[in-house]
Amino acid sequence: MQLDQLYQEIILDHYKHPKGRGLREPFSAEVHHVNPTCGDEVTLRVQLADDKLIDISYEGHGCSISQASASVLYELLAGAELGDALKAHAAFTELMTGKGQVEPDEEILGDGVAFAGVAKFPARVKCALLSWMALKDAIGQVEDQ
Amino acid sequence: MTMTIPAGMPQYDDMPTFDVDRVRADFPILGREVGGQPLIYLDSANTSQKPQQVIEAMAVHYALHNANVARSVHQLGTEATLAYEGAREKVARFINAPSADEIVFTKNATEAINLVAHSWGSSLKPGDEIVISEMEHHSNIVPWQLLCERTGATLKWFGLTETGRLDESDVDTLINERTKLVSITHTSNVLGTVNATARITDRVREVGALLMLDCSQTIPHKAFDVVDYDADFIVFTGHKMLGPTGIGVLWGRASLLEKMPPFLGGGSMIETVRMTGSTWAAPPARFEAGTPPIAQAVGLGAAIDYLNDIGMDAIAWHEKTLTSYALDALSTVDGVRIYGPKVPVGRGATLSFSVEGVHPHDVGQVLDSLGIQVRVGHHCARPIMDRYSVPALTRASFYLYNTTDEIDALVRGLDQVKRMFS
Repeated sequence: MQLDQLYQEIILDHYKHPKGRGLREPFSAEVHHVNPTCGDEVTLRVQLADDKLIDISYEGHGCSISQASASVLYELLAGAELGDALKAHAAFTELMTGKGQVEPDEEILGDGVAFAGVAKFPARVKCALLSWMALKDAIGQVEDQ
Repeated sequence: MTMTIPAGMPQYDDMPTFDVDRVRADFPILGREVGGQPLIYLDSANTSQKPQQVIEAMAVHYALHNANVARSVHQLGTEATLAYEGAREKVARFINAPSADEIVFTKNATEAINLVAHSWGSSLKPGDEIVISEMEHHSNIVPWQLLCERTGATLKWFGLTETGRLDESDVDTLINERTKLVSITHTSNVLGTVNATARITDRVREVGALLMLDCSQTIPHKAFDVVDYDADFIVFTGHKMLGPTGIGVLWGRASLLEKMPPFLGGGSMIETVRMTGSTWAAPPARFEAGTPPIAQAVGLGAAIDYLNDIGMDAIAWHEKTLTSYALDALSTVDGVRIYGPKVPVGRGATLSFSVEGVHPHDVGQVLDSLGIQVRVGHHCARPIMDRYSVPALTRASFYLYNTTDEIDALVRGLDQVKRMFS
């Protein structure tokens, strides 16, 4: 397995220069997710109004994959319509759980396509999904309110 | 010329002979490649690799002697029973247990600790105290937390010093008349620290408590004598000492085991069963409900034979050499910080470290691409991560089959890690 399939330049760039990092107010819901096998953590807030993700803010620590994935998530979905965000979420989840067999759509996933290689490293899929699962949870909490 | 040795002057044996190439030839897996690179296995604290002798002993058992134990009059049943009980005797001799009846086979060390927590621990009351340490594997924390929830007893613990040793400064207050059991690791699976137990044992005896040692990271690496250590229970696991997975060991003093109620109920552990109630077999059968790990016991016995053939002192010497070499080598890598004792004294061959600015997962991934297998994460010892304020660590752990060349490869690998993420 080639290491550069995993550590694409885009991923390393998001890791070294994360977008949208830091917890901001106001927010409609806040969640805290951990990856129990490695201890990676993310705290994520969403500001959701009129079916629009006005802001997604996050703070956490973890490996390059989990941190870059949170940065990509912010870049792609902050400001997006909820419907589009859920569609991108489904596409990213499908890509990550597809064992490297899923062809990603750059229209929907933006820099998220760089994670296609991560899907071939089963031990790292959870890292990539950490912030995305947190987002799903946070949106669910807002909808429950 | 004759030389007079002054009284009391300690004398040391010569360094035992040890041929690492000959040892490596016994481990088929060490001949394979990972991602096109020769395998460099530095994760023996997680699980050890298995020599051909162990693999063969288990294959021969299944091929020629397989039957259930302790219940058959037929020839195969007799052979299987002799093999299973023979393994128990090998384990007893290996740790100098006074009797093979003090050896209880479990599925792993975790189950052995849970056995004590459930069986011995069932008589605890509010006000009683259990003492552990911040250095424990989760398997020596969670069973006691659960026991305290069930019984109302209180859990207390030793802290750690900056250098990664047990902080014994409060031993006399921590262990007191309310203490019923002190359960600590003998060798840390993260820091590599080998704990000096004498002061704790003295205090345990003074207050009439019991001492349990988690020896999972000790028994594979050095000679251990339960009588000499004056412990009441010890636990360890087969798969870290060249044996198979699926078998662990609880050793307990006969006088304690005899008084303990069963842990799991079922076949083999009974004396007689009536619909109105049952009575229990004597230890160790009392604690081995159901068909036990028979082939695994055979494999563990073969592992002990193998370790004895090489010699535990020779293994300990070899690992000390590797540890000294690795401590020196890693200290030359900028940005690498070792957590745990930085001298090869009172420590085993397990080294955990951080690489500045790089998450352990990424360290492990790059090393894997070079064929180097290390463990990354919290190592099932999260309180240690909290103690030293790190989210996770990278761990290299050595065993009898590792070489200084492999440590050099690790150091070169870490340079590559730093280049990639700088």
